[in-house]
Amino acid sequence: MYRQAKFTEKLLREKSVPGRTAYSLPEPFGEPVFIPDRLTRKELELPELSEVEVVRHYTRLSEMNFGIDTGTYPLGSCTMKYNPKITEELSALFSNFHPLQDVSTVQGCLEIMYSVQEYLKLISGTDAVTLQPSAGAGGELTGALIVKAFQKGRTEMIVPDSAHGTNPASAHMAGFHVVEIPSNKEGTVNLDALKSAVSEKTAGLMLTNPNTLGIFEKDIKEIAGTVHAVGGLLYYDGANLNAIAGISRPGDMGFDIVHFNLHKTFSTPHGGGGPGSGPVGVKKKLRDYLPVPVVECDGNNYYFDYDIPHTIGKVHGFYGNFAVIVKAYVYSVLMGSHLKKASEIAVLNANYIAQKLKDHYELPYTPLRKHELVLSCEKIKKETGVRALDIAKRLLDYGIHAPTIYFPLIVPEALMIEPTETESKEDLDKFIEVMITIKEECYKTPDLVKEAPHNTAVRRLDEVKAARNPQLTWD
Amino acid sequence: MRYIPNVSEAEIMLQQISMTTDDLFSDIPDNLKKDIALPPPLSELEVKRKIDYMNQKNQKMLSFLGAGCYNHYIPSHIKELLSRSEFYTAYTPYQPEISQGMLQALFEYQSLVCDLTGMDVCNSSNYDWATSLAEAALLCERVSTHKKFLIPDLMSPNREQVLRTYAPDTEIVKVGHDQRGQINTEDLKEKIENASGVYVEQPSFYGFLQEDLTSVGEIAHDNNALFTIGVDPISLGIIAPEKTADIIIGDGQCLGLPQNFGGPLLGIFACKKQLLRKMPGRVIGMTESAAGERGFAMTLQTREQHIRREKATSNICTNQALCAVAAAMYLATMGTQGLKKVADICIRNAHYTMKKINDIPGFTAPVFDAVHFKEFTVSHPQYTRIHEYLLNQGIQGGCVLDDTTALYCVTEMHSESDIHTLLTALEGFHV
Repeated sequence: MYRQAKFTEKLLREKSVPGRTAYSLPEPFGEPVFIPDRLTRKELELPELSEVEVVRHYTRLSEMNFGIDTGTYPLGSCTMKYNPKITEELSALFSNFHPLQDVSTVQGCLEIMYSVQEYLKLISGTDAVTLQPSAGAGGELTGALIVKAFQKGRTEMIVPDSAHGTNPASAHMAGFHVVEIPSNKEGTVNLDALKSAVSEKTAGLMLTNPNTLGIFEKDIKEIAGTVHAVGGLLYYDGANLNAIAGISRPGDMGFDIVHFNLHKTFSTPHGGGGPGSGPVGVKKKLRDYLPVPVVECDGNNYYFDYDIPHTIGKVHGFYGNFAVIVKAYVYSVLMGSHLKKASEIAVLNANYIAQKLKDHYELPYTPLRKHELVLSCEKIKKETGVRALDIAKRLLDYGIHAPTIYFPLIVPEALMIEPTETESKEDLDKFIEVMITIKEECYKTPDLVKEAPHNTAVRRLDEVKAARNPQLTWD
Repeated sequence: MRYIPNVSEAEIMLQQISMTTDDLFSDIPDNLKKDIALPPPLSELEVKRKIDYMNQKNQKMLSFLGAGCYNHYIPSHIKELLSRSEFYTAYTPYQPEISQGMLQALFEYQSLVCDLTGMDVCNSSNYDWATSLAEAALLCERVSTHKKFLIPDLMSPNREQVLRTYAPDTEIVKVGHDQRGQINTEDLKEKIENASGVYVEQPSFYGFLQEDLTSVGEIAHDNNALFTIGVDPISLGIIAPEKTADIIIGDGQCLGLPQNFGGPLLGIFACKKQLLRKMPGRVIGMTESAAGERGFAMTLQTREQHIRREKATSNICTNQALCAVAAAMYLATMGTQGLKKVADICIRNAHYTMKKINDIPGFTAPVFDAVHFKEFTVSHPQYTRIHEYLLNQGIQGGCVLDDTTALYCVTEMHSESDIHTLLTALEGFHV
């Protein structure tokens, strides 16, 4: 069994002792500056702690957190693969450059950006790339805004019911009316529904392939044909690219716009919620709509190209999350042609789990999966009252992070499992064994599962209370 | 394949599930499989050499750049603590019981930002200041239903462009300034009808302080518009946050994050509690466990994209969580006295530099006669040439705004001798 560290760690404010300091700074050499009284700050209460107290506070908090370095993290659609340590060290080499430095003095930074643009073009089968979006959803919004600018007057964006929630949210933010289409019995796009949904109002279709069930949309060419036939554009949500990177390319499937999650497929750490990076690749006809600037090379020097005729503008104050882009670059050169092997093993690991667990849990739709699989706990719930949420919490007790739960929405009591290529067979076998044990617990000792977790820093939290009476600060 | 352990187990695993690698990919039509030419993998040592070589094409310089990305001192222990991999290799804390460390750190970030800005609530981060501005404008529209948003004519062009990109259907109207750069309240009154919000920056993009934002806030409120202020959080060590503000945004990069060639930054987004249910982004709340322990969890998720889909308050999902933790570590380290101290060093040393530059014949600093914080404009009829001249001496001057003006930034990172190096260089410039 796993046992997480448990500290009763006070809040910074509760630890504060007036007069303590953790900073040290030189004296100013300028004279005092007169600030009008009405602008002068008279009250400010920040915590006052010594350096050792600050260090212990955050060290203890970190021990009450679980990362991919702690253990298996099969969070579906999040691609929690190991993050090679060298990427941290090498990205830090660039930490002191300012984004507005004269380009002649930051050619190395631009070379990395250019190289990542070229790499992503190659992987995705697109013709131009922007690195500016800060995360996957930022990439989606960028893509949707490009669709909007290109498709003047078209008002509808089609999104399957199995799509990530960011797809309809991004489309709506860009001003589209979202048209949701149902999935078919195989869990893929319902072609009939798509055909009746498309019209001269259709601006585009946003699609994940493989989809959120982990199933490859084998009719993708026909889907693309249907959307293109009415003048629509095809948008690729890159959250699931880890299944096919180096094997198959969205650009060859007919996608016009592709976003990448560098913090998923390209192994940059997720930082407990961010920063990520969500570059967007487009086909040639959309190149002139990309945000400014794009990095170009005149043969000798790299430069920022701001001369993009129909640019949608900018989606970040500067060039995006550069440090994350450097980490993805380092990963790309470390992996080289082994990227294909990573995808193969990611898919093998998911299918290994699917085959070993399909007799213990329900595996709706086709058994062949790509990088992830979605199990249903509906039968267990009917027979024992134990829900997917409880099973997820019980996994924590065994030192395994829970899968994504209750998603996609089309699978009842869903557990969405993505092992990635970096888990060993022993870790997969342990996960499988624990899943089977938990199922037995559901029937033998259901309360043990319903009351889980037992071994984490805190017991099950009352999230309803948190929402009903929100306390969002220490005041 | 040191990151892919099962390469050696693949055959056994395939046998156990009675499949081949071809079977695994049999659902992808053959004409969609593409063998792309990727280079051979490299060893760590080779990669280091490659990156070192690229980095040699970058030049470390004495720099006076700011304009939205700032060089402030980062105490060593912050870098150490951020490298705790339990923090940085975690995903978003969807399972709160096993993620209390991140959640408490983000809850404390929200609390610290509210203490700093005087706002009631704060989300756990946006991408950067520019996208926080865009989200603020969209929030104003959700509240008012009008689609007109007022901005100052003296503001960061990058932020303005991001705002226009995010809100292509919003009418963006610029409000003018008086001789001292202050918001022209007469112009504001003329333009405010049917506006959803008014935005100003404090200090302004040109570095000077707006002296009467209360009047601006009152005009906004009298016309049912919300008032948003973009701030430099370091300045809040000595400058009072404006009390009429409904939304305060800014960039937290200056709080413990390196410049990193412009990213990751940290979008601060704080507002009055009346706006909470319409606020974008993730929020962490305090709650209790079944055993009565204090704990933290993401809350009010019914505003968010994974629940509300197209009706969500924003599409944001992955944010800048680790950057928010860095900012909290920084504020915990500085405390009240430390933040005041760093702000005081900035304002004093910036004024010192500004005056000395102004004393050099041919140079004017600043353009606007008002109290500045850490940035100020330097004007010279031939500034373009001066920029090149400084580069040749290994100095990166301020951010060039036009042919005759640049925006300089001085922080605690500049020593007195750095300033004299700049002054000597400028004095040596001859037309």
